[in-house]
Amino acid sequence: MTSCYVVHEAPVRRVAIFGGTHGNELSGVFLVKHWQENGDEIQRTGLEVRPFITNPRAVKKCTRYIDCDLNRVFDPDNLGRQITEDIPYEVRRAQEINHVFGPKNSNDAYDLIFDLHNTTSNMGGTLILENSRNNFTIQMFNYIKNALAPECCPVFLIEHPNLKYATTRSIAKHPVGVEVGPQPQGVLRADILDKMRKIIKHGLDFVHIFNEGKEFPPCTIEIYKIMEKVDYPRNKNGEITAVIHPSLQDQDWQPLNNGDPIFLTVDGETINYEGDCTVYPTFVNEAAYYEKKQAFVKTVKVKLTAKGIRSSLS
Amino acid sequence: MWPLSCVAVCGGTHGNEMSGIYLAKHWLRDPMELQRSSFAVTPFLGNPRAIEKCVRYVGQDLNRTFTTEFLSSTEAEDEPYEVVLAREINQTYGPKGSAQAFDFMFDLHNTTASMGTCLIVDSEESLLPMHIPCPIYLYKLPGEETYSINSVAKAGLALELGPQPQQVVRADLFSQMRDIIACALDFIELFNKGTVFPAFEIEAYKITGRMDYPCYPDGEISAMVHPKLQDKDFLPLNPRDPIFQTFSGEEILYEGNTTIYPAFINEAAYYEKKVAFVKMEKHMFSIPGLQRD
Repeated sequence: MTSCYVVHEAPVRRVAIFGGTHGNELSGVFLVKHWQENGDEIQRTGLEVRPFITNPRAVKKCTRYIDCDLNRVFDPDNLGRQITEDIPYEVRRAQEINHVFGPKNSNDAYDLIFDLHNTTSNMGGTLILENSRNNFTIQMFNYIKNALAPECCPVFLIEHPNLKYATTRSIAKHPVGVEVGPQPQGVLRADILDKMRKIIKHGLDFVHIFNEGKEFPPCTIEIYKIMEKVDYPRNKNGEITAVIHPSLQDQDWQPLNNGDPIFLTVDGETINYEGDCTVYPTFVNEAAYYEKKQAFVKTVKVKLTAKGIRSSLS
Repeated sequence: MWPLSCVAVCGGTHGNEMSGIYLAKHWLRDPMELQRSSFAVTPFLGNPRAIEKCVRYVGQDLNRTFTTEFLSSTEAEDEPYEVVLAREINQTYGPKGSAQAFDFMFDLHNTTASMGTCLIVDSEESLLPMHIPCPIYLYKLPGEETYSINSVAKAGLALELGPQPQQVVRADLFSQMRDIIACALDFIELFNKGTVFPAFEIEAYKITGRMDYPCYPDGEISAMVHPKLQDKDFLPLNPRDPIFQTFSGEEILYEGNTTIYPAFINEAAYYEKKVAFVKMEKHMFSIPGLQRD
């Protein structure tokens, strides 16, 4: 059955799974290393699935990055920069990755990249969407959410004129971020790894079913769209003067209303949220974001609709 | 025991364990809540360079550097930062083993393990710490020399609060650590003023060894802490209970003959040494009464 509301999308043949974009986010590191030794569980007929460690030097040192954050340097300036001796390691690495899995924005780029991350925030198994008009990815997220239900699988849309960042996965036609927490940096929790593994399994199943010709009717999913970053209160020397309030700690994706506590100073004073609409905070107390001046991120709940899709070769 | 007159509180012995760092920084700006009438309290930051970089250590673990070997080594050009630092700390708060050393040192730590609030003491012979009301872990193996920062003082203990990721400050643990220090300082004040603390019996955990991760020939770990063991610090681990799960889903069981009590289960800093958890036995100790001379 075909309908005029169905978009014909090219089949997805080349898939990559990235681990170790941040070298201390261990679920992805160990999953990718395991799949490089024994890739049976990620194979599907009709597609190539390549597990890959993106930042091996950071992985070896079990640190987020060596010189700069790899997950922020896939913009045109850095990808086109001339290689000199003092170029940051991650910029050089980004160009290598773009060469193998890209080039970004070209027809030769990989169809789909799953980029595996952990967070110290209580975000559960979150899927990160870069483009609100990517029907294929939204349909995949709908499929994964249904497969994991009743377990929650929040979808976080990072499309924003200033706040969107140039991720490693953005070189693919369909970039997918997988962010699972809470897990401390440098720690491997079996339950968190298992959650990430299930998300990948369902993601790959979706690709396979799509390639085989199944039509996915239009769907609508609830997503959280990024609005604004909120920094910690700081003194004139730039030092943090308050921490995430106990009422906000671990409450990622829960409604935050005007007057709700968000920070607690060392003197016991509460600082409340002031805003005219309910927001849904995420990345609450993420370790790596202290240096990025981000205590949490405000999102709004939005319904996103994807057109029906079907593989163009079926 | 003589009354205590000089007490130190150290935060940031490990530069990424944030509760103690934020507390020490606060006390350095405003020491009022540390004041007690009968003794002086000095807050300080253990490892400033590691704190600045927000890492556990720069050259080597400061909290393993307070042995005779390092403290009495001669200065050399290429020695690790922490060795130089340990000698300075020993000068200021020690010398270790001497009559001039500080009477007591508290050392503030966090762990990624679910250890709640725990006091780490070298052995049950440290009388004063044993009287402070909290679960107690006795860390020194028989015959082992003390190596921790608080061993510089005549007596000391470490506060270990978790779970908290490295580089993160959780408000709940920050408050808890602050409250325990306040309580401990109140205790010292009462002791100094002549309060008699009667003898009592207490259950405490004594280290017997460490359990390493299974590893591949290349040294990489080949299994994770089993979900049934994860977060079960201080709970009994019985023979044949699962302890690890491989990436292919197989279970590895505990092969000991007796029930043990694990701690530091899945501590991030111990991956470097491939230690999955520490094994302990539970003992009942009779603690003699305490009164100042």
